[in-house]
Amino acid sequence: MKQFLIFIKKEWLHIWRDRRTLFILIWMPIVQILLYGFALTNEVKNSKIAIFDQSKDEATRAISNRIAASRYFSLVKNVHTYQDIDSTFKQGKIRMAIVFPAGFRNDLLHGNHAQIQLIADASDPNTANTLANYASAIINDYQQELNQHQDLPYTIQVQVRMLYNPELKGAYNFVPGVMALVLMLVCAMMTSISIVKEKEIGTMEVILVSPLKPFRIIIAKTIPYLLVSLLNIASILLLSVYALGVPIVGSLTLLLAESILFTITSLSVGILISNTAKTQQTAMFTSMMSLFLPTLLFSGFLFPVENMPVPLQVISNIVPARWYFIIVKAVMIKGLGFASIWKETTILLGMTVALLGVSIYQFKTRL
Amino acid sequence: MRLLKFLLQKELLQIFRDPAIIRILFIMPMIQLLLLPLAADYEIKNINLGVVDHDHSAYSQKMINKIISSGYFKLKDYSATYKDGLHAIEQDKTDLLLEIPAQFEQSLVKEDKAELLVAVNAINGVKGGLGAAYIQGILRDYNQEIRTQWIQMPRFEPQPVIEVTSSNWYNPNMNYRVFMVPGILVMLVTMIGSSFAANNIVREKEMGTIEQINVSPIKKTQFILGKLIPFWLLANIVLTLGLILARVVYGIVPLGHYSTIYIFSSVYLVAILGLGLLLSTYAQTQQQSMLVSFFVTMIFNLLSGLYTPIESMPEWAQIITRFNPVSYFIEVMRMVMLKGSGLSDISFQIYAMLGFAVFFNGWAILNYRKRSG
Repeated sequence: MKQFLIFIKKEWLHIWRDRRTLFILIWMPIVQILLYGFALTNEVKNSKIAIFDQSKDEATRAISNRIAASRYFSLVKNVHTYQDIDSTFKQGKIRMAIVFPAGFRNDLLHGNHAQIQLIADASDPNTANTLANYASAIINDYQQELNQHQDLPYTIQVQVRMLYNPELKGAYNFVPGVMALVLMLVCAMMTSISIVKEKEIGTMEVILVSPLKPFRIIIAKTIPYLLVSLLNIASILLLSVYALGVPIVGSLTLLLAESILFTITSLSVGILISNTAKTQQTAMFTSMMSLFLPTLLFSGFLFPVENMPVPLQVISNIVPARWYFIIVKAVMIKGLGFASIWKETTILLGMTVALLGVSIYQFKTRL
Repeated sequence: MRLLKFLLQKELLQIFRDPAIIRILFIMPMIQLLLLPLAADYEIKNINLGVVDHDHSAYSQKMINKIISSGYFKLKDYSATYKDGLHAIEQDKTDLLLEIPAQFEQSLVKEDKAELLVAVNAINGVKGGLGAAYIQGILRDYNQEIRTQWIQMPRFEPQPVIEVTSSNWYNPNMNYRVFMVPGILVMLVTMIGSSFAANNIVREKEMGTIEQINVSPIKKTQFILGKLIPFWLLANIVLTLGLILARVVYGIVPLGHYSTIYIFSSVYLVAILGLGLLLSTYAQTQQQSMLVSFFVTMIFNLLSGLYTPIESMPEWAQIITRFNPVSYFIEVMRMVMLKGSGLSDISFQIYAMLGFAVFFNGWAILNYRKRSG
């Protein structure tokens, strides 16, 4: 036991004395959470628009003012021809153009029917859709007021309730994703590199001739990284609650327990990689390609899994981060208990046992 | 000049004699370009719908059919109570729940007014928001249909109505891949440019071969140029392969000229390689240089507008994006490929990139010391 503790201490000193790496390990999750939480939103605001007003009457001015005054849009240009719209789009200056035909007010008040054309830059399809929706809503409001709130007959009123995330903040989706990403990165990549480094430098030989059992050697290697990841979990959760305003609705104990389980999964993946890699560079690239990218792509936090082609959906099932992402969302944001995540937990547990078993079995006590 | 030629020869030989580098340089990016756009599909479709129908009337049936036939929604759950329906959302079985109250049809016809409840899983804000917008649009249409059924609409509308039509320019089919592929290509070229060049110098440091260069009559500028030119060529080749792949596999033909893309990429690569070289002059080991360049490219990529629009970012993040070369290239790439912008449209971006190129390379040359330690 004493030997075991000494090994852990040795490993800890390795991490502690490489200040540059430690610095990045601790700051990476914080920077990521802040970037994802504050900078990366799909929320539309201040989208630049141009107005092509061929009518220039009271009604078009009223609608233009309303649109320009809303927080979703900012008017940057008045254009005078369709060609002008095209060239402004090409310079990347606007996202949407609003076209009023000539005689708009006349048509509206005397013919009771007038048209507005919205031209969106659909090179970004989602933003185009959202912008068109917002603009239509503003125009709709104007029309309602024009009708003096007179209720139309046979009206279906739709009441919309946004569950869990009423303000539609991006952070609710990103925080669980970043947790999965960071834990995978810190545990798997750093463990694999630290083991391979010993091989490369030649100190592995010294360790292998020590009386400690291979199983214990591996455990001693991983415990300090487990501690670093616990620190990361703590900093991510603190930031998300106090800086981003994403609350932990469910049980904190359950969340931490599941996180530790996922950390162990990631650590065993790291050990597995280190068994096959010969140089640090290979270990790094293998971790990048087989962990970082799949976690980013297939966990479902950047891109919804259900939209992917079926073969990719099948692949996504073997990515541990996918299950962890579901668990964190369920516990942290939906506030559900263990009863609703036992299936995901079992899958993750099964993966961990299998990975740990294979990696310990494969661990070579000879060079 | 002759010296530079020898240096270039050495670098190219070194690169081409390492099969691992060739694999990582050419095959990896191509696989990613094939896989990423398939996965990176943010088009909102296949929203899983749950329905709680207390009414069971012809109207509620028709409404549900109309929602499903829109193509955006898939009926996944049919619950008896709101609580059960909510449970399906909790289990991620459904994304959106529509509750139709009892006597929906009756109150609509007799009292001119009926209510519906839509509950949306909004953890993913974009998906939730768009899902809600879609279903509201469909319900509005349905409402209009019922109205026309009951009221004999006069030829002229009884009240002023504004008809809003929207057209989608540059991507009329709203194809998300057309949007993502140019951006992903930029990301790949950037990763190759910055991390490979950075690793290259540090490798010479680690292996000790840099000593030999330090004692040779090679000038600092020549050394940097010798490192820069081979990777500049390689990155341009990767870009070309990527453009071919985009055309053959995804059918993306740029509206603008290829020459515009290459003129910009030539300047861009000088800038991004300069950044890589700059990072490498500070790092001591490959592990350090990799972690640092990973960290820097990660921030550059996240703040590049590849995933989320730059205008949506807060002021401080928008200011950072102005110092981010990647965001310029992604913008230019999308402008040229999708909108057919020409050189005059992107002149500002070219000048900005020239500035970056001079700045990074100048700093790298200044910081490179021909002394060890």
